Amino acid sequence: MIYNIPFFTVVALIAIGMYAMLFKRNLIKMAIGLTIVESGVNLFLITLGYRKGGFAPIFTDLPPDVSPADIPGKMVLPVPQALTLTSIVIGVAVLALILSLAINIYRHYGTLESEKVRRLRE
Amino acid sequence: MNIMDHLPALVIAIPLLTAFLTPLIDRVSRKARNAVVFIALALTFILAILLVQDVFDNGIQIYVMGASSTTQTIPTQAAVPIRIVLEIDGLSAFMVLISVLISLLGLIYSFSDIKERGGRFYTLFLLMLVGMLGMELTGDLFNLFVFLEVTSIAAAALIAYEFRRGSTSEAALKYIIISSIGALFVLFSIGLLYGEYDLLNMAAIAQAMQSTHIDKIALVLLFSAFALKAGAAPMHMWLPDAYGEAPGAISMVLIPTTAASMYALFRVCFTIYNESLHAIIPAVIIIFGLLSIFIGVTMALVQDDIKRLISFAAVAEVGYILLAMGVGLYGFLNSEEYTVAALRGGMFHLFNDVLDIGLLFLVAGGVIYATGERSLNKLGGLAHSMKYTSVLFLVGLAAAAGLPPMNGFASKIIIYESVYKVSPILSIIAILASIMMLAVFIKIFQAVFTGPKLTECREVPKPMLASMIALAALIIFFGLFPDMVIEHLVDPAVNALMNYGAYIQAVMGVGT
Repeated sequence: MIYNIPFFTVVALIAIGMYAMLFKRNLIKMAIGLTIVESGVNLFLITLGYRKGGFAPIFTDLPPDVSPADIPGKMVLPVPQALTLTSIVIGVAVLALILSLAINIYRHYGTLESEKVRRLRE
Repeated sequence: MNIMDHLPALVIAIPLLTAFLTPLIDRVSRKARNAVVFIALALTFILAILLVQDVFDNGIQIYVMGASSTTQTIPTQAAVPIRIVLEIDGLSAFMVLISVLISLLGLIYSFSDIKERGGRFYTLFLLMLVGMLGMELTGDLFNLFVFLEVTSIAAAALIAYEFRRGSTSEAALKYIIISSIGALFVLFSIGLLYGEYDLLNMAAIAQAMQSTHIDKIALVLLFSAFALKAGAAPMHMWLPDAYGEAPGAISMVLIPTTAASMYALFRVCFTIYNESLHAIIPAVIIIFGLLSIFIGVTMALVQDDIKRLISFAAVAEVGYILLAMGVGLYGFLNSEEYTVAALRGGMFHLFNDVLDIGLLFLVAGGVIYATGERSLNKLGGLAHSMKYTSVLFLVGLAAAAGLPPMNGFASKIIIYESVYKVSPILSIIAILASIMMLAVFIKIFQAVFTGPKLTECREVPKPMLASMIALAALIIFFGLFPDMVIEHLVDPAVNALMNYGAYIQAVMGVGT
């Protein structure tokens, strides 16, 4: 049960983020919501790669009492960590773009309320 | 080192390196910058043609980043492909051809269309092309996600390029938020699949696929994310804004980016999940297709902005492709005899959609360039001063509405015939919508080009005309010789869709 807590946190983070994106009208709050969803997904990836009592996936830096035969199943998976790093970098770029667009919208519309930013209607 | 061995990597690397070189050269000279960008893209085009030729002649090509074969792994007993693998089959080659061709024409058009601060424009333009090509060439699910994000970021920045109009930022913000949510869905489902199989390679996942509940959740997430990015109704709301607000040729180059998402959708359905796909998926695709056709055409009728109107027509064209591919997928799962015809119609229409709607967007961009006006109510009588443009618009109009002898007719007739075998109602709706589409475009033609001369303006510059004429020539050529195009371009893509076993075997090898 205790090892499932990270997964419950993932669900909670994604739900909170989605709520912010769907029901908040302020563009900055929507950007925050997107970041929270992204943190949830990143946490999910990291949790997937964790092994109970595992150690860092660096072969040359193993604790002295570990023999190479024990390695399978004892190492934290490195691939999800690589995925998470990539995803964080992408997230920064996306967030920067969203905020700069929000600044430009504020200059032209004088507001950040999504209900008033509606020159493009269907 | 033989250059032919490294084609898949070069096709991505050349535009990527040029993209970051462009702002530097821009500091020195504008002419040099234009020349470098053009040469790089022309080189990419030639290499892509060589690659496509190679794939069509010799079958699936594999390119492993950082190793000579997919089975070279550390530790050696873990015989799973852990490296990033580029895998190019007939479908990828077909999509690469579309992306590179349209980008090249869009670039020629942009040389005279984009006036100020061009350095950033061409960087983003090339990055968008890199994203598309990467999505289409890669055989790795996470790499697909990365390139999806590259495409989204570059496209959003390009949509907001004319930032002095506030509405462009509004459209771009909508686009980037929607795409990031879609991309996070993709990342989450990659996590689910990785947690289950410890694999990221698409062929390897397809081989290990057991269709458990987790796989079904991942399928729903992947399907909704890619359908969202492909602009299928009812998730199309970002598409008219994005296409309508993008500058000039970018509206046209955005069509292959949505097509790349559609490619990812087909790859997930046909290759990764293949026969374990639940029967509801083709039904959902068909419903999305019908909705897109219906909403696209009816919303287009009431639009006032010329680009927005064409954007809704683009939604309808996406609907035709999804309708045909949904029927094809249904036939694929039940081994019906109309499968090949439906897939052929869908893939052929994908190419035709890019050409037809692309030409219309270029003409609309030309009208905005010449008059500075976007509203149909204020435009009129342009045929007096823009003769070539109005003739080219007529070509695009006939093609998009599916009139013979244009390419739109050639693919739509295949779609009608194959869809009819599932249910005649699908065919009837598709034909009716096609007639309404004609009405939509007649409305633009009548409002913009006919009537008394309202404004003084000149014909668009020659580079813009050249890329429009190239598109029109392709449209007429495809319409006159559809058999040739289907045999040499479309059928390899259709075979690749049907033959998922070959895709898996190319990476995993025989018997493993």
